[in-house]
Amino acid sequence: MPETRQTLPIGPLLLIAMIIGVAALAFAYTAGWLSPARVSPARLVDAFTPPGKTPPLGHRRNHAKGICFTGTFEANGAGSELSRARVFTRGSYPVLGRFNLATTDPNAADATVRVRGFGIRFTTPDGQQWRSAMIDAPFFPVATPQVFYAMLQASGSKDPNAMKVFAAAHPEFAHFGAWAKGAPWTASYAEERYNGLNAFIFINGSGQRHAVRWSLVPEATPVAVTPDDLAKRGPDFLEEDIAQRVANAPQRWTLILTVANPGDQTADPSKAWPSDRRAVNAGTLVVSKIEAERDGPCRDINFDPTVLPVGIRTSDDPFPAARSAAYSVSFNRRTAEAAHYPRTATTGATP
Amino acid sequence: MIRRFAPWQRVLHWLMAICILAMLFIGVGMVSTIKPIYLTLVSIHKPLGIAILVLVLIRISLRVNYGTPPLPADLPEPLKLAAVSSHYLLYALMIAMPLLGWGMLSAAAYPVVLYGGVHLPPIAPHSDWLHTVLWNAHFCLAFTFFALILGHVAAALFHAFIRRDGVFQTMWSLSGSDKG
Repeated sequence: MPETRQTLPIGPLLLIAMIIGVAALAFAYTAGWLSPARVSPARLVDAFTPPGKTPPLGHRRNHAKGICFTGTFEANGAGSELSRARVFTRGSYPVLGRFNLATTDPNAADATVRVRGFGIRFTTPDGQQWRSAMIDAPFFPVATPQVFYAMLQASGSKDPNAMKVFAAAHPEFAHFGAWAKGAPWTASYAEERYNGLNAFIFINGSGQRHAVRWSLVPEATPVAVTPDDLAKRGPDFLEEDIAQRVANAPQRWTLILTVANPGDQTADPSKAWPSDRRAVNAGTLVVSKIEAERDGPCRDINFDPTVLPVGIRTSDDPFPAARSAAYSVSFNRRTAEAAHYPRTATTGATP
Repeated sequence: MIRRFAPWQRVLHWLMAICILAMLFIGVGMVSTIKPIYLTLVSIHKPLGIAILVLVLIRISLRVNYGTPPLPADLPEPLKLAAVSSHYLLYALMIAMPLLGWGMLSAAAYPVVLYGGVHLPPIAPHSDWLHTVLWNAHFCLAFTFFALILGHVAAALFHAFIRRDGVFQTMWSLSGSDKG
């Protein structure tokens, strides 16, 4: 500008800088950059890998070893009493899922992993989905996601007493330890009962709400096998067994919806409800095909337990939100690392 | 007397300013926490993103229809260029961010839930590499968007407090006609 230069307007410049600075700070605070103690989904997922170790690139950060299945859910209609979700009206709906092991090592020997899991996605013709990830333990080791994070930190700690200190502070963990030590092992994914553990709110056609936890109860009779016997089997005996069984005949589970009594707590999955709670048999899950994970349909599916149909909602149980947040991070990381876990079938590469 | 933006353009500008700022704060906030508010924030983020996409399309049609008040003749050329190009970038981000978000959910095979049983169809095939590309773009452009908005606010205040050239008044205040 041709006019003579005035003195710099310090006041207005400072005001502008302050407004922009405050906005940037508020943004940084919201993003958690000023709060190193905030348990972010990324920190929770990081905690699965002890310091100095490499995470299982291309794989789920937990429940890293698994095998895909497809099949159907044959709803008998009884679940409609509890939820208006389409999946409970009488009919047959496609399912996709994954048998898995609660380990961060995708190459773990099957006999070395205590907890077995089960991810599933139900799809109904109204375009809705229901996803769930369950385990064979009857309750969860800890009461809150924050304590779960502390547990991961303790187990990854170099301090040899870290787990003892953690267990002393969280008595529910000993309860889980007793289950892990005492509960019988089986030699098959098909003989396991898989439990949802988290409580959800089911809303039926008349708007009534019930707190519900669900389980898949196997048709196959569980046969107890000692861990020593399992250790003598091949590293992938569970995957070979389920592939063989399903090749011979479809494998079945009954979907049981367990309804809380009024007053039952719903926020803490480390505490099972009393065994006399009402159970509704909602139908039969039929697993009819097994595929290896590497090229299988479950590989790039996130079994996020908050993908719910209308008629099921989250409760005051804080875990589904924390799991959803963490699964998302795990999904984003592993899909970005696919080169570390290359597909075989779709690339058409020559040997 | 300066020509101002048309009243509907001003209404939409300030409405979208609130939506977009809320959206950016919700976005960085939701991925920073494992608390139950995570689910609440995610459930706002998706429909709000689609709302912004719809609003920006309306806004562009208004802009095509009404145009914009001219910049002051004495504004130096580099600043004019910065003003014009940054507005094109802001519009591009308003369109791209919701589409990238929708696309990355599609590529991950998540249902795109607006509210309850109201879903949007997927706009991208289920693909891990495509998900990664879209997710990275959505993530990086979010920070670009916020930085650009800070620059936009700083520039607006520069016009208001320092140059006092009437540019700020073309958008400020919802009342009155398009003659300032």
